[in-house]
Amino acid sequence: MPVQPLLTLRGVSKRFAAVQALMDVELEISGGEVVALMGDNAAGKSTLVKVISGVGPADKGVMEWQGRAIQIRRPQDAHVLGIATVYQDLAMCDNLDVVGNLFLGREIHRLGVLDEVEMERRTRELLHTLSIRIPDVRVPVASLSGGQRQVVAITRSLLGEPRLLLLDEPTASLGVEQTGQLLDLIEELRDRGLGVLLISHNMGDIKAVADRVAVLRLGRNNGLFDVNTASQEQIISSITGAADNSVAQRTTHPEETWP
Amino acid sequence: MRGRGWGRPTRTRAADTPPTDSPRSDSRQSDSSDPPDSGRSDSRESAGRRSLTEQLGAHARAVRRRLGEGDLGPVPVLLALAVTWAVFQGLNPRFLSPRNLSVLSVDIVGTGIIAVGIVFVLLIGEIDLSVGSLAGLAGAVFASLNVNLGMPEWLAVLVAVACGAAAGCLHGFSFAKIGVPAFVVTLAGLLAWNGVMLYLLGTETSINFSETGLVATLTSRYFDTVVATYGVAALATAAYLLVSCRDRRRRAAAGMPYGPMTRIWVRTALLAVAAFTAVHVLRRFAGVPLALLIFLAVIVASDLFLRRTPYGRRVLALGGGPEAARRAGVDVTRVRIAVFMASGTLAAVGGLFVASRLTSASQVPGSGMLLINAIAAAVIGGTSLFGGRGSPWSALLGVLIIQSIASGMALLGVEPPIQFIVTGGVLYVAVVLDSLARRAAVARGRP
Repeated sequence: MPVQPLLTLRGVSKRFAAVQALMDVELEISGGEVVALMGDNAAGKSTLVKVISGVGPADKGVMEWQGRAIQIRRPQDAHVLGIATVYQDLAMCDNLDVVGNLFLGREIHRLGVLDEVEMERRTRELLHTLSIRIPDVRVPVASLSGGQRQVVAITRSLLGEPRLLLLDEPTASLGVEQTGQLLDLIEELRDRGLGVLLISHNMGDIKAVADRVAVLRLGRNNGLFDVNTASQEQIISSITGAADNSVAQRTTHPEETWP
Repeated sequence: MRGRGWGRPTRTRAADTPPTDSPRSDSRQSDSSDPPDSGRSDSRESAGRRSLTEQLGAHARAVRRRLGEGDLGPVPVLLALAVTWAVFQGLNPRFLSPRNLSVLSVDIVGTGIIAVGIVFVLLIGEIDLSVGSLAGLAGAVFASLNVNLGMPEWLAVLVAVACGAAAGCLHGFSFAKIGVPAFVVTLAGLLAWNGVMLYLLGTETSINFSETGLVATLTSRYFDTVVATYGVAALATAAYLLVSCRDRRRRAAAGMPYGPMTRIWVRTALLAVAAFTAVHVLRRFAGVPLALLIFLAVIVASDLFLRRTPYGRRVLALGGGPEAARRAGVDVTRVRIAVFMASGTLAAVGGLFVASRLTSASQVPGSGMLLINAIAAAVIGGTSLFGGRGSPWSALLGVLIIQSIASGMALLGVEPPIQFIVTGGVLYVAVVLDSLARRAAVARGRP
């Protein structure tokens, strides 16, 4: 594992009007590791993903990329760093075809004219190396099934060699087989040195691929576990707030331990 | 064997990395039991040499899919246009005479160019109600600068168009940056710019300008030399054929599936028939109008912009989902402002054509009919009110239908009230079809 973590968050807070969505959240993701982010509904998981991906920047807090302080104010900033995201709602333009969605915001063009042939060729190549079957890459994504859309969104995140992958509930609309394939893929990516932040409710998935589990509860850190040593019960009780273990105590403020 | 589930993404992309079979991924190998031909149909080797039957089968599937989605492209609109023309021709044989068609081909230009601007705005799922007033304003600005202040025509034209662009920019800024709904901003614009126009026109209520000047020429100039008419038609057809063949060759070279050559020939032939018939008919009266050529140029340019440039792609993306576009790194604010600027600019240009037709700047464009016709043209032509679906060509088809109805009923001596009712009815049908198509898409699409 590299000495320098890929991404470090310290004291990240975000507030939506009266709701404190994130409060002093800390998180570290290194290259070549899969960090699972768990938490109950409204724990702030998706908000944290949006903070990192630049869609909803934090109000305050420090973000470091390979030890260098950075600001991510816009999605473009995250793209430049090599942070790719699969959002829970997939964030696809329904009227554009698969190729259009994959290359949206980073179109290949020659002298200002879209190079559709090259984009389609790369799309097919990428789908092919991932062994994904999409019957026609020129149909609007609105006409694809939920699973296919999910797969396209994941494919899009892999375009352009990301360094850090944020996956917000990527298995939500996948079948058993596809989920297995996705978990394989995540392991492959980790072995290639990518950092992966995986949000999931599925303890099985997380036990299978994650190295560490970070738990959020009500917008705050509520524990950090090593998947190999922590028990499932420990993690679950940390999610639900029933736990009062040493790890939770380290990062949790006293009033948070109340049920 | 390729196609073993998508847990092996690195084969070609990271060939230099060492084998990476962790025990955990091995244990799950059995789960990933895709059919062995997974991904094959797209692969390079087989793509280039699909048999004819396969190609036809794929084509038939595509047609069936589009039928099911209510996505028929321009076919329903062309049918509607054919029906309109057939009915009026049946009622009055002068309807399809070269003379009437020639007049029609110039009458559509002003409204049509404004409708192209409306198409841009509709594509991002918004509406611009100020285009009629901006068209009137452009005419008034031009006439007052040129006639009252003696400014050279070309400069007055530039200032008039710049006024449209600036007003559109203001609308776009208020909408995209401040967050005022586009409907309200442009409604305010409708009133305010109409007021400015009336102020400029003053007590005279209209300003006549030179009948031989630059602006008047826009709609009074006709070409009837063989080179300028059939030549342009031949050039357009040849350009289409060349671009189609080049695309096909590039796809073949890249090892991707490509359409049959017959399809290109059929489309080229259809285009040639349409172009040469139009030229032939128009030459029998006065020739090909300059205004029509400019209109077609605006449409082709807009269409190429939307379909072939990254900027156009972003406009379409906004119609498909502003949030998704934003997350993909599209500068949503800038695209929105640009779209309203385009709409304002095209409205001003269209306004100059309307003024040119009358050789005077008057209150006519601001009366509201121009706005209604422009929006109706875009929607009747097949551009969706819900954003993300449409093409500048719909402006041409829609305005042809609207103007044909108006022209046909004028020939028949139908009173304006009936004309309004009929045009309104056509617009209603178009909007209903649009909504049904959208509902079908939603029902078929994901939750």
